[in-house]
Amino acid sequence: MSQNESASVQPPLVTCKGVGKTWQTDGAPFVALRDIDLNIARREFVVFLGPSGCGKSTLLYLISGLEQVSSGRIICGGAEVSGPGTDRGLVFQDASLFPWLSVGENITFGLKMQHMPKENRRRVAEEILERVGLSEAIDKRPDQLSGGMRQRVAVGRALALKPEILLLDEPFAALDVQTRAKMQDFLIQVWQQSNVSMVFVTHHIDEAIALADRIVVFTARPGRIKTIIPVALPRPRDTRSRAFHDLSVHLTDLMRDEVDRAFAEQERVR
Amino acid sequence: MKADPTTFLAHRHAVRTVASGRPLSGLVRRLVPLGWGAASLACFIAAWELAWAAGWADPLLLPPPHIFLRNFASQAQYFIPTDVIGETSNTTALKSLAMTIVATTLRVLSGLVLGFVCSVAMGVAIRYFRLFGNLTLPTITLLAPISPIAWLPVAIFLFGIGNAPAVFMVFISLFFVMTVSTISQIDNVSRTHLNVAAVMGATRGQTFRHVILPAILPSLFMVLRMNLFGAWMVVLVAEATGVGSGLGQVVMLARNTFNSSLSFFTMTLIGVTGFAFDVALLIVQRKVLFWMPSNGLGK
Repeated sequence: MSQNESASVQPPLVTCKGVGKTWQTDGAPFVALRDIDLNIARREFVVFLGPSGCGKSTLLYLISGLEQVSSGRIICGGAEVSGPGTDRGLVFQDASLFPWLSVGENITFGLKMQHMPKENRRRVAEEILERVGLSEAIDKRPDQLSGGMRQRVAVGRALALKPEILLLDEPFAALDVQTRAKMQDFLIQVWQQSNVSMVFVTHHIDEAIALADRIVVFTARPGRIKTIIPVALPRPRDTRSRAFHDLSVHLTDLMRDEVDRAFAEQERVR
Repeated sequence: MKADPTTFLAHRHAVRTVASGRPLSGLVRRLVPLGWGAASLACFIAAWELAWAAGWADPLLLPPPHIFLRNFASQAQYFIPTDVIGETSNTTALKSLAMTIVATTLRVLSGLVLGFVCSVAMGVAIRYFRLFGNLTLPTITLLAPISPIAWLPVAIFLFGIGNAPAVFMVFISLFFVMTVSTISQIDNVSRTHLNVAAVMGATRGQTFRHVILPAILPSLFMVLRMNLFGAWMVVLVAEATGVGSGLGQVVMLARNTFNSSLSFFTMTLIGVTGFAFDVALLIVQRKVLFWMPSNGLGK
């Protein structure tokens, strides 16, 4: 695990210290996250795993700067996170491409905001689309693409701003099983060919094992880190190997308590 | 009553296969709704003509189509485009008729364009400049429910007689509705699209220009189309009272001279022109604002 070794030498890219998030609702304050301490190294692939509503996506949005911490602090690249920044790319569950822009224009939207000239943007779009394997699609409209292709464009759009870290919020949740497996391979390939760190949110155990250097397992609400599991399986990972299966069983056991608690909580709320 | 041509065009989607379930070829699929349109119209006319033939419909009060369409030239003499496109006394019937239609259509079009641009600009400004919004929105919300017809005297006070009050009436019939609609569209722009813009480093101004504006335009264009019939209504009222030319003036002339044939003839013209106008807007919408969410109104 070269990523983990380098983590001990270099300072971490992202540091979360005692991070908590409380939503102010009409009734009682709603504690989404509590006491999160976490380091993410450069070039590391971290997966946030937990039951629905455990706050794993919330932590992702806190790192992105779209939401503000209620307590603690998040430091990214040496500076405290106070708002969104182009050093942190974000990929959403639905690709949320702009339907009025072509694929190429979607890719370079952020560069347009930075007033990069049109010819240069076109060149970047070509280069990015080559990387995500969609060179043919540059002038297509988003609604002409399949779900998997749209999500690849969304990853490309985030990469175009040369971020240091890519934050992915259940990006493959809406895809079918076969496409999902393809997209996981695609994402690993993109990650290995770049210098970005990845934070990937999912509630899908096998997906977490297929992707992660480290899996951060969350408790049910209020979300805390239950445990962090390093995944030392060699890449490319064989989903049918014994080790993969054992880890999957282990994580399922870990998750079961939390899922039960999350369900009990939901029943109580209702 | 307002006839909505979009429901008629919507058949294009509904009619996919014949009863046997065999897919139709493209040309036939296009012709089928047209065929039904023609059949529907034929039934309506046939019923009217039968009522006349049976003696139920008095040809003086409810002249059937073959009567009010017959004396085309004599009907057209009433279409006098006085203050419209140069006063020419010896124009042909067809030409003066065309000029009357064009005059009314241009009034609707100018009012629509002005109303659309101004209300979208107003709505965006209200949401972009918070102080401006706080100061203007309550008043706009209070003025919005006033029927456009009630503005007619104001239009005449302000603009006297001529094109301006008619255009103003169309403008006012759109402005408040569309401003309020613009604001609600802005408030409903997809959260993720705004988040994408924020993450990609867009400033507030850039977000408005490159995300919010393109996101709201297609829906606003649909609102515009829905208000088209309202615009036609007020332009006719304005012409009947304050302008002195146009289709509304002819309607008023028909009323004053108890000319039922002329009345129905003009109604036919208004119907056909309004329908053509809506189809034209639909084509513009499909070409320019292609990212329309696909629902019954959009396609």
